[in-house]
Amino acid sequence: MSGHPSVVAMTANSLLQVILVILGGPLLLGLMRKVRCRMEGRAGPPIRQPLLDLRKLARRERTRPEESSWIFPLAPVVLAATILVVAAIAPMLTTRPAFGWAADLFAVVFLFLLGSVFLALGALDTGTAFGGMGASRAMTIGALTEPALLVAILALSVPARTSNLPAIISQSLDHPAWLATPQRVLALVAFVIVIIAESGRLPVDNPATHLELTMIHEAMVLEYGGPDLALVKLAESMRLVVLFTLLANLFIPWGIAGAPGPSHLALSVVATAGKVAFLGIAMAAFEVTVAKLRLFRVPELLAGAFVLAVLAVVSALVVA
Amino acid sequence: MTSALLAGTALTGVAAAVAGGVAPARVRTGVSTALTLAACALGLVVGAEVLHSGHVAGIRTSSLMPLSGLSLALDRFGALFVVITAVVGICAMVFRLGYDGHGLSSRTASCILPLFVTALMLVPAASNVTTFLFLWELMAITSLFLVLADQGRRAEVQVAGQWYAVMTQIGAVALILGLVLLATHCGNQSFSVIALRAPHLPSWVRSTAFVLTVIGFGSKAGAVPLHVWLPRAHPEAPGPVSALMSAAMVNLGVYGIIRFGVGLLGGGPSWWWLLIMALGALSAMFGALHSATSKDLKRLLAYSTTDNVGLMLLGVGASGLFASTGHRALSLVALVAALLHVVFHAAFKGSLFLSASSIQQATGSTDLDGLGGLLRRMPMSGPIFLIGGLAIAALPPLSGFVSEWLLLQSMLHGLPTSDVSIALAMPIGVGVLALTGGLTAFTFAKAIGIGLLGLPRTPRAGQATEVHRSMWTGAGLLALLCLIFGIAPFLVIGAVVDAAGDVTGMHHSGVMTHGWQIGLQGTPGLLAPGLLALGLLGAGGVVVLARRLIQPGPVRLTEAWGCGRELQTAQMEYTATSFGEPLTRVFEDVLNPARDIDVSHIAESRYYTEAAVIHTTLDDAFERRFYRPANRILQQWGGIARRVPNGSVHRYLAFGFFALIVVLVALA
Repeated sequence: MSGHPSVVAMTANSLLQVILVILGGPLLLGLMRKVRCRMEGRAGPPIRQPLLDLRKLARRERTRPEESSWIFPLAPVVLAATILVVAAIAPMLTTRPAFGWAADLFAVVFLFLLGSVFLALGALDTGTAFGGMGASRAMTIGALTEPALLVAILALSVPARTSNLPAIISQSLDHPAWLATPQRVLALVAFVIVIIAESGRLPVDNPATHLELTMIHEAMVLEYGGPDLALVKLAESMRLVVLFTLLANLFIPWGIAGAPGPSHLALSVVATAGKVAFLGIAMAAFEVTVAKLRLFRVPELLAGAFVLAVLAVVSALVVA
Repeated sequence: MTSALLAGTALTGVAAAVAGGVAPARVRTGVSTALTLAACALGLVVGAEVLHSGHVAGIRTSSLMPLSGLSLALDRFGALFVVITAVVGICAMVFRLGYDGHGLSSRTASCILPLFVTALMLVPAASNVTTFLFLWELMAITSLFLVLADQGRRAEVQVAGQWYAVMTQIGAVALILGLVLLATHCGNQSFSVIALRAPHLPSWVRSTAFVLTVIGFGSKAGAVPLHVWLPRAHPEAPGPVSALMSAAMVNLGVYGIIRFGVGLLGGGPSWWWLLIMALGALSAMFGALHSATSKDLKRLLAYSTTDNVGLMLLGVGASGLFASTGHRALSLVALVAALLHVVFHAAFKGSLFLSASSIQQATGSTDLDGLGGLLRRMPMSGPIFLIGGLAIAALPPLSGFVSEWLLLQSMLHGLPTSDVSIALAMPIGVGVLALTGGLTAFTFAKAIGIGLLGLPRTPRAGQATEVHRSMWTGAGLLALLCLIFGIAPFLVIGAVVDAAGDVTGMHHSGVMTHGWQIGLQGTPGLLAPGLLALGLLGAGGVVVLARRLIQPGPVRLTEAWGCGRELQTAQMEYTATSFGEPLTRVFEDVLNPARDIDVSHIAESRYYTEAAVIHTTLDDAFERRFYRPANRILQQWGGIARRVPNGSVHRYLAFGFFALIVVLVALA
């Protein structure tokens, strides 16, 4: 943990993180789809299928509804930009990324919120019933996710005495005993529920449905097509990778590069990819076994996550 | 020098009022607005100079007012509020130049508006009890008249005025009692003497005075449960007045709680501050929930003011709690967070109220269910509202995020503690902050998405055009401040830290600025709003460029998918009511929505409906459960009391006779 990496090395690292997230997002989705298909007894499309889909979409013509304003084409850009910024500054491969001092957990959360708000605005800009329906539901779930998320962050930040992501991760590397404490376990469960809700996976939302009564995220992006739809889909998959990586690094930090140098980094890429793939397979397997919750049952799930997060903070104080 | 300028501010304000009262109708608005602008500019200079130099600007005359005379002394803490009011005042006056209607151009209103602005600027400078109460009441009464400016045309205005008058006077009574109690026990009514003697008073006097002043200031700040006037008065007041009330007047409630609780009483036991935190948490959640489900744009903004006052009080309460348990540096961090939120709230709420008034002028309505498609039709006011809305939702890189981050940090660092009250209050505080943050994002996604985007829902909204340029300039200046403060918060943090240091007497702050970044002393990690803004801009630019390179063709305009319907109409669109429906259902127990469906059947067969009308109402729970029953009981008592004096001279003589006997018996 000594020696300051050079600016060039840190920037290269950030660039590597961004590129891996861009490529890893669609591949993760492909992997999860494959696992799901296999468990249901189907062959399923190849893992690289989402990448091929993106290429197909990107070549199509751009369209937008007649009555929409400049918000409609801007929304996917803002969504993608927020995730790119997080991918660049967050400690995904190393505990010392470029601008790691700026990777505050609260800032990351509010950046994601910025993306979600713009996607909802883009949906409302179409002036259709579906856009409004999706936006209303997504924002309701988003508003209710926030308390659980921030209190869970608090539970992680209290022992580390900071909400800076690289600092939290390197401190848990230094004190591995922290990872087994009750507050970590409780916070982990809260985080998993929050990530399921934020990324619109089962049982909160079904990404594979186009049924009016149940769709949330798909209703919001119904009017997007061509390169704009590709951008939304890519951004959503990138968000899943970033969330999985942060989850993995916060709760199972081993493998992340603590020191500079290409060898550490290469090891970290392999370890992180492995952890994220494991989480993806686990979530896909879980998704096969559950049914989607009714929309008005989702708040109960999120309230449960909030209670767990509060318990995590309280136990953090009792233990500390 | 600054003292002369302070006097100049007051005199110019009075001159503006006189000019508004006597000038001929043709030039009335122009003259009084120009003079008010001059008063605000002077106020801005005084405030900025005091903030910069730290020298107190004072005026003292013994002849101008009864009792101990007029006494003004502006320190850094007060100067912060003077600067906020002056900036909001300048923008509101620029806005007013293009604003017509709502009775603001009448002789009375032109006379009273400058007085209101001047009183707002002088309240933070008052340095004895009489002066403070005089200016406070001047502010309350002038604002009441301005709320009533449009009463000739709409009946709701009168109801709003009644609510406002009652609530503000209840507050004033509590305030007078509290301040008189404090002044008599200290033996002097000057603030400097009170500040010296108050810490040594018996604790029941201090606590009673504190609770009374909190009731007084809380009613002005619109804290729950004293908020009921706010969602009524703000929508009915003329545009510039509602902006001044929400962005400058409610601040003075927070000012009062800090000035008296921290500055004069010198802090107190932890239950004081737990009370403030509880008030704050209740206001924040209640306000956020109601603004998330309101469908009137100005009512939504008014409830959101209650929400933001709640966040400020949460910060003030946390600050007091830390101070009472000995965490002095943290106490200052929380206070700085609360004051930063006051500054930022003034900017975004001012711009939101002003642009909402522009929308009202352009479309004739503030009902979200009748708006839509305004971003394209109002190319300046639309984006201004958008910026204000994103800032208030605490989204980076705009200003609201910075103060919320700082508030979260102060709560996070307060946590490793042995004090049970802190250990319980802080996680709840973070939960409240997070829930209101999420709800505010929901609210403004709704306000922007339903109000500005999509198809226009009424013909009026479809024909809307951009308003007069001075109107969008006034609102735009404040929106610009949201952007600047969000990216470069270091521009204001120094002044806020100084102001907080002045009132607490602590000049060592835990908040540091590192160039463009801000952080807390002794902890790794910084908030880098400038860097985030740059990153977002850069990443967005790359994405746009990539999209352009991959698909260089033009964008084709298409018809939106309407489930096979041929024509896409606004009737298919989601409304504010339907947008808020899931949330209304989730919080059914708190909001208690009432729903009434009228179905009229075709005469031949009752299996076919001719028309169906659905009425939904959301009542304010405090209004329904507390104020209405209280009002009913008062009316009953009043009815009984009215029966006693029936006009008979004999009865009055009997009253006098018995009263005399009672007095004689009592004295004997």
